[in-house]
Amino acid sequence: MRIDSILKAVRMVGDRTLKIVERIGATVTFLARILVHSATSFKRPGLIVREVYYAGVQSLIIILVSGLFVGMVLGLQGHETLQKYGSEESVGVLVALALVREMGPVVSALLFASRAGSAITAEIGLMKATEQLSAMEMMAVNPVARVVAPRFWGGVLSMPLLALLFSAMGIFGGFVVAVVLIGVDNGAFWSQMQAAVDFRQDVVNGIIKSLVFGVAVSAIATFEGYEAPPTAEGVSGATTRTVVTSSLAILALDLLLTAFMLKGWN
Amino acid sequence: MENLVEISNLNFGYGQRLVLKGVNMCIPRGRLVAILGLRGCGKTTLLRLMGGQLQAREGRMMVAGEHLNHLDRNGLYRLRRKLGMLFQFGALFTDLSVFDNVAFQMREHTDLSESMIRDLTLLKLNAVGLRGVNRLMPSELSGGMARRVALARATALDPSLILYDEPFAGLDPISLGVIGQLIRRLNDALGATSILVTHDIQESLKIVDYVYFVADGVILAEGTPEQIRASTLPFVHQFVWGESDGPMPFHYPAQPIQPDFGLAGRHS
Repeated sequence: MRIDSILKAVRMVGDRTLKIVERIGATVTFLARILVHSATSFKRPGLIVREVYYAGVQSLIIILVSGLFVGMVLGLQGHETLQKYGSEESVGVLVALALVREMGPVVSALLFASRAGSAITAEIGLMKATEQLSAMEMMAVNPVARVVAPRFWGGVLSMPLLALLFSAMGIFGGFVVAVVLIGVDNGAFWSQMQAAVDFRQDVVNGIIKSLVFGVAVSAIATFEGYEAPPTAEGVSGATTRTVVTSSLAILALDLLLTAFMLKGWN
Repeated sequence: MENLVEISNLNFGYGQRLVLKGVNMCIPRGRLVAILGLRGCGKTTLLRLMGGQLQAREGRMMVAGEHLNHLDRNGLYRLRRKLGMLFQFGALFTDLSVFDNVAFQMREHTDLSESMIRDLTLLKLNAVGLRGVNRLMPSELSGGMARRVALARATALDPSLILYDEPFAGLDPISLGVIGQLIRRLNDALGATSILVTHDIQESLKIVDYVYFVADGVILAEGTPEQIRASTLPFVHQFVWGESDGPMPFHYPAQPIQPDFGLAGRHS
């Protein structure tokens, strides 16, 4: 009896693991399909620009406001801790490094997944449920090339821009709290930041991270929409899966990328 | 007359369940043909097989001279450029305006200038009486109008074969008559061949040249509208005259009723 329960539990864990691996494999295969069918998007950049507007520009408000708040909190917490060691002028360094290296790419990607990723999944899923994708197929137009690829590239291109804006807004928020409200020296705040932040090591690595997150979120969002069962319940489930899977993927990829970046790529 | 669609000994199923069994059909060029039957009888599956959306398990399916089972994706897309399809609820692209929906295929498949596309699109919309709504979005149209726009879109590239999936579903009597007349007029004006899948017998008998009756995955009867109206086959008679008594039972097959109501073993 006891062995049976243990075997059942092991079987269940194995089954779940297989399903997860299968899902990851299907997403990667779908990503390869998108890349193969991306020529149309690049021949007609208008299709991508339209998606950059929907995924990127329409996410601006939430990204900018969140960036401002995160930067302000970092300024407050940083000042509180650093003043114990008499180095409150370094608050600018703390805010900038935290944002450019980690918070900017990660938090903006999480926000992007919940705002734009879920919207992409719902849109493609509903297009499938209302036979719009079948209609396109019947018109001899490949939906992966015409619908999925532009949305994928729109997401990939928007992500680093949103992360940079998030970080810039966060630094401004940190400046407002630390310099304007608390009274940290303005010159020290900016000069220490300028001296400590390395363009290649910090800014470029942050951009690389956000590009990778952009690929992951956009691939997951388009895959979930395209594979969603064509019912209201199916689309709502796919939207939830996009947010959950993307968030986990962002955090796991962040760990991997950070480890590589800190240790060097060799 | 040359056949545009030829189907012989076609079998199709999902898993173990056979949906179509040994179907044979010949549809000559220029004809407007209806495939009639109750819901779930396999008629929409047949239409999807003709459009290459599904693959037959066995049998031969020729459309416009192409053997559908032997076509790869590119071949299928080449064939589909000669086809038009009207989906049950229109399936208009909700992110595009009425004008852009109708112009969609012209932009995707031709090198026509924008001014030429504009003129052709307005002509297509004029043919279905909706030139005046070209700037509206699909969400601003009624069900009948959306179906007419979808019809203009399906005929945008003057296809040689037009497939209609339940074109009358959910329409009021006036829209239903309008769509029926449009289907007939467009078929004749374009010199196309049209296949209509529907369970709306009265409207389809008014406009079609020939009828196939499908039941339980087989062709049960076929003929001209007059022959169908005069048919004495019990199923066809029941279907045409909408009778509740006949070979098609009211109840879906189920176990005896007693166990469901806790009456097992009781006798009155």
